[in-house]
Amino acid sequence: MATHEFAAQESHAHGAPQGFIRKWVFSLDHKVIGLQYYFLALAAVFVGMFLSLLMRIHLIWPTLPLPILGDIKPETYLTLVTMHGTIMVFFVLTTAPQGGFGNYFLPIQIGAPDMAFPVLNMLSFWTTFLGFIVMIAAFFVAGGAPLHGWTGYAPLSALQSSGPGEGLGADLWIISIAIFCIGALMGALNFITTTLDMRAKGMTMMRMPLTVWAWFVTAILGLLAFGVLLSAGILLLMDRNLGTSFFVPLVTINGQLTGHKGGSPLLWQHLFWFFGHPEVYIAILPAMGMASQLLSVFSRKPIFGYKAMVYAILGIGFLGFMVWGHHMFMSGMSPYTAFAFSIMTMGIGVPSAIKTFNWLGTLMRGRIRFTSPMLFAIGFVSLFVTGGISGPFLAQPVLDIQLHDTYFVPAHFHLIMGVASIFGIFAATYYWFPKMFGRMMSESLARWHFWFSFIGTYAIFMPMHYLGMAGMPRRYSQMTEVAYLHDLIPLQKFITYAAFITIAGQLIFLVNLFWSMFKGKKASDNPWEATTLEWITATPPPHDNFGGHTPVVHNGPYEYNVPGAPRDYVMQTDPEIEPAH
Amino acid sequence: MGKAENPTRGARCMGLVLLVIIWLITFVSTYFFIAKTWWLPVGASAAAAGIDHHFTTTFILMGIVFVAAQVSLGGLVWIYRDRGSSSSKVNYSHGNTKLEVVWTVLTTVLFVGLNLASSSIWASERFRAAEADAVRVEVTGMQFAWYFRYPGPDGKFGATNPELEDASAGGEAALGLDTKDPASKDDVVTGTMVVPVNREIEVILRAHDVIHSFFIPTMRFKQDAVPGLAIHMHFTAIQTGEYEILCAELCGLGHYKMHGMLKVVSQEEFDKWLAAREAEKQ
Amino acid sequence: MLDDDGVLPPVRGGGGDDGSGPGLPDYAARLRRARLGLLVALTPVIMLFVSFSSAYVVRQGLPTLDPRTNALVRDWIPVTLPKLLLINTGVLILSSVFMELARRQIRSKATSDPGVFAGDQMRVSWLSMTLVLGLVFLFGQWTAWRQLAANGFYVATTPSSSFVYLLTGTHAVHLMGGVLALFVAGIASLLRRSVATRSIVVDVTAWYWHFMAGLWIYILCLLEFAS
Repeated sequence: MATHEFAAQESHAHGAPQGFIRKWVFSLDHKVIGLQYYFLALAAVFVGMFLSLLMRIHLIWPTLPLPILGDIKPETYLTLVTMHGTIMVFFVLTTAPQGGFGNYFLPIQIGAPDMAFPVLNMLSFWTTFLGFIVMIAAFFVAGGAPLHGWTGYAPLSALQSSGPGEGLGADLWIISIAIFCIGALMGALNFITTTLDMRAKGMTMMRMPLTVWAWFVTAILGLLAFGVLLSAGILLLMDRNLGTSFFVPLVTINGQLTGHKGGSPLLWQHLFWFFGHPEVYIAILPAMGMASQLLSVFSRKPIFGYKAMVYAILGIGFLGFMVWGHHMFMSGMSPYTAFAFSIMTMGIGVPSAIKTFNWLGTLMRGRIRFTSPMLFAIGFVSLFVTGGISGPFLAQPVLDIQLHDTYFVPAHFHLIMGVASIFGIFAATYYWFPKMFGRMMSESLARWHFWFSFIGTYAIFMPMHYLGMAGMPRRYSQMTEVAYLHDLIPLQKFITYAAFITIAGQLIFLVNLFWSMFKGKKASDNPWEATTLEWITATPPPHDNFGGHTPVVHNGPYEYNVPGAPRDYVMQTDPEIEPAH
Repeated sequence: MGKAENPTRGARCMGLVLLVIIWLITFVSTYFFIAKTWWLPVGASAAAAGIDHHFTTTFILMGIVFVAAQVSLGGLVWIYRDRGSSSSKVNYSHGNTKLEVVWTVLTTVLFVGLNLASSSIWASERFRAAEADAVRVEVTGMQFAWYFRYPGPDGKFGATNPELEDASAGGEAALGLDTKDPASKDDVVTGTMVVPVNREIEVILRAHDVIHSFFIPTMRFKQDAVPGLAIHMHFTAIQTGEYEILCAELCGLGHYKMHGMLKVVSQEEFDKWLAAREAEKQ
Repeated sequence: MLDDDGVLPPVRGGGGDDGSGPGLPDYAARLRRARLGLLVALTPVIMLFVSFSSAYVVRQGLPTLDPRTNALVRDWIPVTLPKLLLINTGVLILSSVFMELARRQIRSKATSDPGVFAGDQMRVSWLSMTLVLGLVFLFGQWTAWRQLAANGFYVATTPSSSFVYLLTGTHAVHLMGGVLALFVAGIASLLRRSVATRSIVVDVTAWYWHFMAGLWIYILCLLEFAS
């Protein structure tokens, strides 16, 4: 058994907390905070899935009354659409990969005892939690939750009279998002400072696992983007409640003048999408880091092109701020500007393609172990490719004329951002569960979960491409009014049935998760035989992660099957291997 | 240390099952694309041929990439599965810089090239203003209907006034047409859009309340109607017939039923129709 | 910093609340980390104001469609800013000077040998004076708002007035955060935090305060000259 070298120093030690409140409620320990974020996201994803199930039912059976909820009116459908998107994007995709796993494992993977600012970390979770409560509250106030979509375009979102739910519900929606912005910014602050300032000796930037690079760049994106979203939210709240006209020109609702004039609806779109586009990379980068990690571990082979992968992450992050206009090709924006944005958008496909090539290159000539985390990593690559392929269609304005605001768009973003990111979360769960809870999850239940999810999500979202090309617009609560849409109802039915089955399959995951916490087979410290620093700690890790010592790093994170090494993996803390080439 | 034991049968099978499922999903979905089971509606505008041609080009190229990537993925996970002691030696490699450069350049050429190839169509659709002799129609979207206004023989659109709007009265009242303006006298407001075939139509898009989007799938035409803006677009219908108009931007609870009809008729029929509408106004 | 074996020397204690000695690597490391944290934290603040600024520039130049005439009109009416804002600016700049004096004073105390204290009185007074001036500035801003309202410029009166309230209000909220930090720094001695910790808190607050002063000058210039 290799011995892990530790620095001959005492690490920065703050004593473990006592008492239930300090240990589990207002904990300053990044590991507990990570779990808090994770379980918040878990609750949110089931809320989000339930909302989408109601949407799918209403689409194909618009007149069917539901138990307890009764009739779903068209405005209710739009409320479901709005809240499904908002909850999923913010409280699941921006919360679990970054706030959940990032908080738990970033300090450990760089050899730090905690995040740079533990009190701020605790506050960031509770702020995010408060945001979630306020968001849910929107359902229960007079008028209900808003119907303006997660994108909240003005003037629809800026006028209280534009529709049901656009009163207090819309205000709460904005306030919730503003609170979320603050929480996310606090988190980003911690991630960046910790990564820059608290790496253990020998952990150079170019020896960091790609998961850490992904969390780091994601945090930078968040740092730059959430302030802009906050600004947009403030302006929108002012338009709605103080009579200002940032986004609202002279309009009439039902023939009634509203008192606004001179504002620009496009200004909202620019501000929103300046945030919104980096946001989708915030949602997917951690999953990309995870995939890189797992493909290497379970091919028993270094990641193909580590440097290229780092540059690709940086490139995606940087270019991510230059493409927001591709959401606005049809908006009335100048067609010249549209053209410029489209070139940049095609450009950002390049680093994503590089990553895909490198993932395939990692698999090639490896020795692949089909553990549950690996299944989801492989599934991630497939879904990412499929979702990515539809991008170049939408990125070309000429084709976007036909496809914008049709089902082709949700086909694209669900596959590449929604499902791919969720697969990253599942993969991370199966992978790190042993380290977090000291037990293994059931592999056979995991396999069932994988196949339900993989086949199920393809069955749901692949047909949406066809619907979009055939001209099915987004956000239609029913397909009864337009003649040619009737022909598309059978395809929608197929999607709804697939959704039922896929969501049912997620219950397998829930059962596996909670059952394994108590009854799973006990796990060793390094059940996957992986090389990164979390696998040298005890299981679960002690309060300060490394038991009073600080690791000293000598190797990169992906040293598998090193020629001449005694076994097929070399820990980052093992003695330095001979340089490869 | 380290597992040198043979992986279980189940684990070895998994590689094959992954290959089969990934390939099956790929081929089934590709089949439906090639068979055009659900496809773009028939194009009936002058721009449709060029746009559809570029669709096809993009489909073929991206389709090849799609199939190649998924087939590779399935193939690789099966071929390089852990076969225990009979596995071939793992290739300890940190990558290949030359290969990185090659596929980076190729991808860039493909993506940017595709986009540039379509740029001339975009330019002709959007950079160029409508021709001077185009038939002008003002299209106004409001919760939840489309109205179409023709300027009439004087060629001028009369003034509208938001304070005069009465949506429940339909037609001219819905637009808030100021009947005192002499230019309004010959304006024709309809709920159906009628245009002559093979003539360029200039559309002036307006919205009263929130953002709507004027979408005619068969004409390969879509443009948001934004309150506070009057957006000028153009298209040319090359086939007579009746075509659906849909709203393609979430505008409230009636978004799903905010649709209209485009009727493309011969020039004579259009002139007759417009004259009849003018006559009704007397 | 490495000794001959290539390892770091032992770190004394955990730093922070136990009154461990300042001036050792731990203090410098903590200060660096705190400053890095502040730099990172200021980035979204900058983005917020960049966003508001771009909205301001866009809105100024945007012609709006008059639906009656179908013509594009420019409806930007510049707001005459109350002269009081110049006085407030002076107050804020002065407070920045006091803040810097407070920062240097506690820093010299923190990095000097323990046991040699300059008078506690002097350190507290620079900090308190900054706090007082900060409150004076905020009161001055509030008064300027009342003057604007008296001249008929409310939040929603014109787009230009909306931006005046927006920019000055958001700045004031951020400055209030700084005032709160000053208050915490001021009572930190009462809470028996070590002088090293107090020095770091004051240092970070000081840089934040200077940033707020700079930001205010930027906002004033934007409102006054970009019209």
